[in-house]
Amino acid sequence: MKGRYVAAIDQGTTSTRCLVFDHAGRMVSVAQHEHSQLFPEPGWAEHDATEIWANTLRVLPEALAVAGLDVSDIAGVGIANQRETTVVWDRATGRPVAPAITWQDTRSREIVAQLDDGPHASLFEEVCGIAPAGYFAAPRLRWLLDHVPGLQRRARTGELAFGTMETWLIWNLTGGPDGGVHVTDATNASRTMLMDIRSLSWDQRLLDLLDIPSELLPEIRPNVEVYGTCAVGLPGVPIGGAFGDQQAALFGQTCFSAGEAKCTYGTGAFLLMNTGESLTPSSRGLLSTVAYSLPGAAPQYAAEGSIAVAGALVQWFRDALEMISSAPEIETLARRVEDNGGCYIVPAFAGLFTPHWQPDARGVMVGLTSYVTRAHLARAVLEATAWQSCEVVEAMNADTGTALTTVRVDGGMTSNHLLMQMVADVLAVPVERPLVSESVSLGAAYAAGLAVGYWPDLEGLRANWRRAAVWEPGMSDATRRRGRAEWARAVESTLRWAEQP
Amino acid sequence: MARGGRSTYGQRVPGTIQSIERAAAVLHLLGAVPDPVPLGELARMLDLPKTTAHGIVRTLCDVGFVDQDPDTGRYSLGSGLATLGQHVDPHLIRSRATNWADGLAARTGLEVQLAVLRGPSVELIAHVFRPDGSPQRLRVGELQPAHATALGHVLLAWSPVATRLHDLVLTSYAPGTPTTATTLARALQRARRQGWASLDAGVLPGTAALAAPICHRVGVGVGAMAVVGPRDQVLQASGEPHEGLAEQVVAAAQATASTLQDRL
Ligand SMILES: Nc1ncnc2c1ncn2[C@@H]1O[C@H](COP(=O)(O)OP(=O)(O)O)[C@@H](O)[C@H]1O
Repeated sequence: MKGRYVAAIDQGTTSTRCLVFDHAGRMVSVAQHEHSQLFPEPGWAEHDATEIWANTLRVLPEALAVAGLDVSDIAGVGIANQRETTVVWDRATGRPVAPAITWQDTRSREIVAQLDDGPHASLFEEVCGIAPAGYFAAPRLRWLLDHVPGLQRRARTGELAFGTMETWLIWNLTGGPDGGVHVTDATNASRTMLMDIRSLSWDQRLLDLLDIPSELLPEIRPNVEVYGTCAVGLPGVPIGGAFGDQQAALFGQTCFSAGEAKCTYGTGAFLLMNTGESLTPSSRGLLSTVAYSLPGAAPQYAAEGSIAVAGALVQWFRDALEMISSAPEIETLARRVEDNGGCYIVPAFAGLFTPHWQPDARGVMVGLTSYVTRAHLARAVLEATAWQSCEVVEAMNADTGTALTTVRVDGGMTSNHLLMQMVADVLAVPVERPLVSESVSLGAAYAAGLAVGYWPDLEGLRANWRRAAVWEPGMSDATRRRGRAEWARAVESTLRWAEQP
Repeated sequence: MARGGRSTYGQRVPGTIQSIERAAAVLHLLGAVPDPVPLGELARMLDLPKTTAHGIVRTLCDVGFVDQDPDTGRYSLGSGLATLGQHVDPHLIRSRATNWADGLAARTGLEVQLAVLRGPSVELIAHVFRPDGSPQRLRVGELQPAHATALGHVLLAWSPVATRLHDLVLTSYAPGTPTTATTLARALQRARRQGWASLDAGVLPGTAALAAPICHRVGVGVGAMAVVGPRDQVLQASGEPHEGLAEQVVAAAQATASTLQDRL
């Protein structure tokens, strides 16, 4: 075999990275660039897709250089991306028609409210496994078609392309205006609100309901498959797979069987449990989503609990409140005190996701007294992620009928030991971190490696998983119950805040 | 200063160094005005030739004490000054080290530890399990005697406070613990010379470790990274480390250090 390594592009919410892995699934190189977070109006969150593409072109050669590698050393490249972030571009020029609207953006609220009130609201849930919410890509696409002049007309002519970030990157990597391949994968497509989750194809009824011209749409492909060959970036290297980041992490953590679960702590936090070939209807706000689809095999599904704001709260604490100068310093600050001093922060910046799905909730800080210092606030920031995890796990245990006995974690926040201990404490189960905490990238690399024959099968990959750390629960039941009840009251105070009178 | 010596820095005391005075003048000036300053203005206010002023601000930019706006070309105080008095946060080190520490454990099959100096002890700030699936306990937060660990040797050898050595109580824990000031000093010298330290049976008989410094700016060790394991997996019979092991530990420590330069 030509290439000795597999590369992954992780197009995340805060940065774009390239990681290179060897045959044992060990990371040999990483390069990373952050991109700008644009918040032009309250509730809006945008990225410049052109900047993200430029960063991609920078990180690829940088990652090779770090390990002293050449393009010919790379057998294949896989892509994992922030999901639901929506971009529309001109196929002829390759230029986006507007800034990318990210998954944290709430501007499509009214579009969703109309769908909810309409006669077909239940059709979405029936077909896609998800009820209409501003979190998904299609309402954002609808917003663009409504607000960018001439867009609806141009969309019908086929001049324009829609995609989430993997689609944008694959199209550009394979030549852009010059022969770029316009595809998406089943996991990303399952987050649009337009795909039939059983047949893995676009559903014409839903397209009609939202008046979305099918000329805009990429082709839906399995996660593990060669989509094309890089013309730039990694010239000559096959693109062997793509995954939404959370499904990539599930794959990277080798949760291939029903009942296996992982939670990724990044900008948001996402707990996914593999549910095998069956969909799990939820009464507690879990989403049904595609876990992975292999060519010629039945799709595998997952139940997902989504937390919109986890690391993003730490970022807000750093950038908006200027309490710390880097995210990891929050642990130093929080360790100055023993507890939260009675303070809770509920970061409902863009409403609340699982289990509440309350677009009108807004963030609160409650329990403030003159006793509370910024160290208590730092603790409350971290506890917010722990208690939100607790709500999601409660929903997961109830809906799937499988009680989690351990949680596999990954993502940037797992380097925070205080937080990981809090998570173990409030969930009352051990939390374990794998040796490669870059599960998102590893999952994308696994997909590409399987597609090009670098790895033979899923069972071989399982053997690569290694435990790097375990946090054992150590909180008394009484303390947990009291904290859980106080958290519930804090959440209660956020609900319906932004409701239109 | 130069030409006429009109500025407040004009009174030259014998033995002072002119270029440092001028650099200080630039910093004071940039600190006194609210907006970024163009080069011409800077030279005029300090009464310096433009080329001289340029040389000074360029150098200050290189060391991070002055920033130049890429669009306007104007100068302002750099973020490097603000962080000058701050020590590097151990949690930042842990966060930045994670990928490299994980990679080191994956490649060597050994347990990896990171530590910082705390008085006569080292405090473990990160710990990656030996990747063999065996039950292990997270040891972050533990204190270990600096003189009896490879981590401690590296941290002492790369610490500017060498006087600390005299304050250490050289308790013996295992056959390899240095128990005299001379043996310890010799071990530290050796560490500095080779760029890493190894220690056989420093705290526990049968266990060996090899550590390298995480150096921040001008070579101060702000932390250390080590592989720890059964003696025969770290060292050869001769007492030398296994082929390539020291290089891998040094590379992981250096990669971590380089991620600390840009503090996100
Ligand atoms: N040590 C830490 N403690 C708390 N939060 C952290 C820490 N390190 C990173 N974060 C947070 O994690 C997020 C970055 O994680 P990452 O997995 O890279 O996210 P993403 O893929 O969503 O961009 C940021 O929001 C940052 O604030």
